[in-house]
Amino acid sequence: MLTSNPPFSGYGLGLRKEHYCDFLETSVPVDFVEVISENFMVAGGQPRHILRQIRARHPVALHGVSMSIGSAEGLDPHYLQRLKALVDEIEPLFVSDHLSWSRRGNFNAHDLLPVPYTEEALDRVCANIHQAQEVLGRTLLVENPSSYLAFDGASMSEWEFIAAMARRTGCELLLDVNNVFVSASNHGFDALAFLAGMPAERVRQVHLAGHSQGRALLIDSHDRPVCAGVWELYAHAIALLGPVAVMIERDDELPPLAELLQELSTARALAAQQ
Amino acid sequence: MNLAEWQQAFRTWLVSASDEAAQVLGNHRAGLAVYQNNYRAQLVGCLEQAFPNLRRWLGDEAFLAASIAHIDQHPPHAWTLDAYPEGFYATLKTVFPHNPDVHELAWIESALNEAFVAADALPVPVHALAEVDWDSAVLQLTPSLRCHALTTNAEAIWSALWQETEPPEAVMLEEAGGLLVWRRQFTSRLRQVQALELDALLHVQGDGRFARLCEFLVARLGEEAGVVRAGEYLAAWLGSELILGAVASE
Repeated sequence: MLTSNPPFSGYGLGLRKEHYCDFLETSVPVDFVEVISENFMVAGGQPRHILRQIRARHPVALHGVSMSIGSAEGLDPHYLQRLKALVDEIEPLFVSDHLSWSRRGNFNAHDLLPVPYTEEALDRVCANIHQAQEVLGRTLLVENPSSYLAFDGASMSEWEFIAAMARRTGCELLLDVNNVFVSASNHGFDALAFLAGMPAERVRQVHLAGHSQGRALLIDSHDRPVCAGVWELYAHAIALLGPVAVMIERDDELPPLAELLQELSTARALAAQQ
Repeated sequence: MNLAEWQQAFRTWLVSASDEAAQVLGNHRAGLAVYQNNYRAQLVGCLEQAFPNLRRWLGDEAFLAASIAHIDQHPPHAWTLDAYPEGFYATLKTVFPHNPDVHELAWIESALNEAFVAADALPVPVHALAEVDWDSAVLQLTPSLRCHALTTNAEAIWSALWQETEPPEAVMLEEAGGLLVWRRQFTSRLRQVQALELDALLHVQGDGRFARLCEFLVARLGEEAGVVRAGEYLAAWLGSELILGAVASE
């Protein structure tokens, strides 16, 4: 029986290579950093060396994009073993990945593809999470993705699916507020209903990010500051959740670190008002 | 449609962008277009990041055309995007069959990428080699070493592009040579060598015994010169950390 991740609350940033020097040469005022697991699931070289140095200074959360939790054919054992080796070395704060899939047979899309919210998919997702948690020996955090497509035969809402998944597997949750905002806009559901339907006691981490307007849909682009609508939704979320780990996730058009720290200050201030 | 069938249909849509696949998925054109764009943009970006100097050499338009040809013919299969650039070399041989400079530039960048994240390895201290019985010694190559034949001045072209200076025209070498890529500590290295040194290193990769290397070089250069050359290569390879050390053969 796996236990929950130890209690933790604080404010952090997604660590990207453009900011490595800042983190290695200065004292950056964050409580934790998050890295993309796959970037460090390598045999050796500078990436692992840098991660070890960062880990000596900050708690590190490992955030994956390739576990493919929604794959109909189960998880890739080779992938899990590589991840476990990294987990064993880094002893991360959290290990997370997305409620999505990317692998089908000998094909990997390298994207976070949507899971149909059906009973069959729920059974498969739960089996896959059990498999991952057993191999890793840890409770996973699973993140709600942005999506651009709904399955016509869905039998439940996204938040009903996530609540059932958490109940059946004991997994914990990474709530991406921007993803809720983007998916609510794209699919026309009520973002507050999503938050109300989430099992708040299972949420351990929050992502905040920016998005962009596509031709017809909002795109989860992580290439601009958090927008007013997402800040507003975050304020609602943090009132429901209480103290958790909150971070800014920026992947493209990276600004100087000071700008991201300023956004983190906004997150702190909004939480303090609740 | 069950989950496996739906995911298979999604795979077909991403790879083919066919109307038939879109219909199977409910014809949600706007959403499908986002996933299609994400898939292709991700792979194009991966190749651009892996081959920056090759891209400069070919020009953006030709590089993009080759990337699209590769993506159409070779959907990604590994869990890591780091593996995707490996196959680009073969596609370039098809797209540019008469441009060995292009193939060799691609090999250089691919090998540098691989060496960057290859397993860590530390050379043994020089004093430890004093006790090695060289008659039975097996040479230990660094795990980051990659070797390849060289027929063009691709090394000079790549170096100029890397230094952001005007690259030379592509020409065939008067004598074929070799390329070595490896990593010392955290710095990747590229070196052009003569064909004999390439062959000698390939020999060590196949049969690590130093005595066999000597036999190989003696056969190529004669008794005295072969033994001398083996000693020179050994010293140079140890000095540049191509060889980490030597152990007694079992």
